[in-house]
Amino acid sequence: MRVNRFKDAEHLLRLAGAFAVGIALFLLLRAYFVPKSFGEYGHYRGAALAEQSDKPISYAGHQACEDCHGDVLEVKKAGKHAGVNCEACHGPLARHAEDPASVVPVLPDTAVLCARCHEANIGKPKTFPQVVSADHSGGAVCKTCHQPHSPLLQPGAKQS
Amino acid sequence: MPVEGFMYPNEIELQWSVLIVVYPFVTGLVAGAFILASLERIFHVAAVKPTYRLALLTALSFLLVAPLPLQLHLGRPERSLEMYLTPHTSSPMAMFGFVYLWYLMAVILLEVWLDYRHEIVLLSQSTTGWRRLIYRVLTLGSSNISEGALRVDDKVGWVVTLIGIPSAFLLHGYVGFIFGTVKANPWWSSPLMPVVFIFSAMVSGIAIVLLVYMAMMKIRHEPIDMRCVDTVAQYLLYTFIIDFGLEMLDLIHRISVADESFRSLDFMIHTRLFFSQVVLQIALGTLVPILTLGLIQIFHVPEKVRRMAYAICGCLTIIGIFAMRWNVVIGGQLFSKSFLGYTTYKLDLISREGELVAAGLLILPFCILAVLMKLLPPWPERQAASGD
Amino acid sequence: MITRRKLLMLLPAAAFAWEYVLAGTPETAPGFNRNEHWWGMLMDITKCIGCGNCVRACATENHVPDGYFRTWVERYHVADWHQETPQVDSPGGGKNGFPPSTAVGGKNFFVPKLCNHCVDSPCTQVCPVGATFHTPDGVVLVDDKYCLGCRYCIQACPYGCRFLNPTSHTAEKCSLCYHRITKGLTTACCENCPTGARQLVDLKNPADPIHEFLKTHSVQVLKPHLATGAKVFYNELDGSVR
Repeated sequence: MRVNRFKDAEHLLRLAGAFAVGIALFLLLRAYFVPKSFGEYGHYRGAALAEQSDKPISYAGHQACEDCHGDVLEVKKAGKHAGVNCEACHGPLARHAEDPASVVPVLPDTAVLCARCHEANIGKPKTFPQVVSADHSGGAVCKTCHQPHSPLLQPGAKQS
Repeated sequence: MPVEGFMYPNEIELQWSVLIVVYPFVTGLVAGAFILASLERIFHVAAVKPTYRLALLTALSFLLVAPLPLQLHLGRPERSLEMYLTPHTSSPMAMFGFVYLWYLMAVILLEVWLDYRHEIVLLSQSTTGWRRLIYRVLTLGSSNISEGALRVDDKVGWVVTLIGIPSAFLLHGYVGFIFGTVKANPWWSSPLMPVVFIFSAMVSGIAIVLLVYMAMMKIRHEPIDMRCVDTVAQYLLYTFIIDFGLEMLDLIHRISVADESFRSLDFMIHTRLFFSQVVLQIALGTLVPILTLGLIQIFHVPEKVRRMAYAICGCLTIIGIFAMRWNVVIGGQLFSKSFLGYTTYKLDLISREGELVAAGLLILPFCILAVLMKLLPPWPERQAASGD
Repeated sequence: MITRRKLLMLLPAAAFAWEYVLAGTPETAPGFNRNEHWWGMLMDITKCIGCGNCVRACATENHVPDGYFRTWVERYHVADWHQETPQVDSPGGGKNGFPPSTAVGGKNFFVPKLCNHCVDSPCTQVCPVGATFHTPDGVVLVDDKYCLGCRYCIQACPYGCRFLNPTSHTAEKCSLCYHRITKGLTTACCENCPTGARQLVDLKNPADPIHEFLKTHSVQVLKPHLATGAKVFYNELDGSVR
């Protein structure tokens, strides 16, 4: 009788065997495909941290500029643009900082550059210096009267 | 892209396309068809027996197609195995991968195999050529179809079906949970979401089996068992009432609570979503079938009219439930999370996530079903010589 | 003496160890220890002028594709007391500044936005594979070599700061310039902000002046009711901001 019962359930054992093979295959796949650094710091590929940190930079940061351009820094420090970093106007210059001769920065066009910040807009804080450029300078570009590194007009200079 | 009002700049383009509408629609049909099958097996509703095997095969056909829209939608489909290799247990999407696998392997395939094993063994001995090979593989090398073995199959099959019912709820409830757990989206974020998904799945599953059964009887020139379809239609009605009740509960709750998202969602339903939500889903897809099926319960309606009513209601139901998935998935992305604007969904005709692909994915299960029906006939053998 | 036998035993061990060596030692600033930092950002609404420098700088530094934004600026107009119905615009994410507006009166201000690097971020919670994660120093990053592009994280972010990169087909968002801050630099957006409206803050450094600012001013986070643990703090944020 016991033999009979086993025979009658034998196909189920075969099925269980097939499942077991499937699970074993899955575990093999897992061992092979999961990246080695996965789980090092959390549920992610630990190597990703280094990959992200190692990306190259485009902006050198104002410290890098100050190493060589101390003279400009002196003028800027005393003026209204003291808090404006160099690359905010001059663009990304990490390559220039690394090898100054290889990249010569192009001076920005003040007619476009200055308006970005100083064109009057209802959203800007009331205390922020802003003008309607069409009415302000009668067509003259900003550099005509304002020195970008220390933009406040000196007493006696042309007023708008 | 036509944007009305304000949307966060990255929100303007929709993230989840029509393929992500097809996916819950398809898994819903699976769960619903299976629940119908379990009615006979567990609850001994003998009247629906003619649809038992058909429901199982239908569920299997749709289950096999279910991963396809997901694969086609992924930005990097070649990495999809990662979900099984390093699943993130806090992610409903990752856990769903295992629910799907469980349902496919331990419920549907097992139940189909146990139910058909007798025929499979016989066919492995009577057919020739590549068909013989297929059947022989399916026997797993065992040809024991003695009374004792078949009794074992029946007992185990009963247990599998029993486990299969909560598994079916889990399968589609989990899909609902994938949306329901997104607190960033007030159209989705609701504890009701899994429940609504389950009941609308049951509605669509019952309707599709009803339609397939009636269609197959027509194709085979066999009489439709009216006792069967009348009972199926009854269960469709009961499930529909619960489903409608749940959706109305969600709606009434939203109107009553009127939180920060309400005005934005209300506007969306009245404009961009009006046709798919109010006309297709609610009016044509829910109210018309409920009223029709309800009237059939109350008044005596002749057989021919009943058959036509069931066919029409079945089709409307399917369209309505598809519209429901559309309204959840697409609707949930048409409004801005700032509640200040709306965008438009641009559905291409020919693209990896376009209309043609979606239509193809909806037709494919029927092709698979046709093959399965040839391989594992759900009908009792005809007295006259059968073709194959 | 190094015998052949010893070498045969040492080499596999060394190969095994080397992987860990490579994985654990990034080219960061000398002496940078991730566990000593906890990064956040301060946005001072009283200082933002909507110049869009930050959006442009970020796009340059991180090669952000056109039409997608790792950071952006919104302009608000709140008429009278109508806090619940502000008029908001963000033309091109504010990348080229803002055109003059037709709004008259009321409250008008700019709000820069980016990933909030939430402590309890919903985005990392839903990622099915662990492609987006928290670094030990509190930055939420995306591993673009592992991401499937399923877009679940993009759906889960309440702030709209994520998008799918159309070239790599993986999710992308602000990385808090992780490649810069681990070298002792500040983020590209903060570096280029002319008014100091955006400032990086190290919440584990008591000597950080911005950390001090947070302790002494009224600051808010976006969507606090969602309890995401956002680490981008706004000074003088109006209640109308979404």
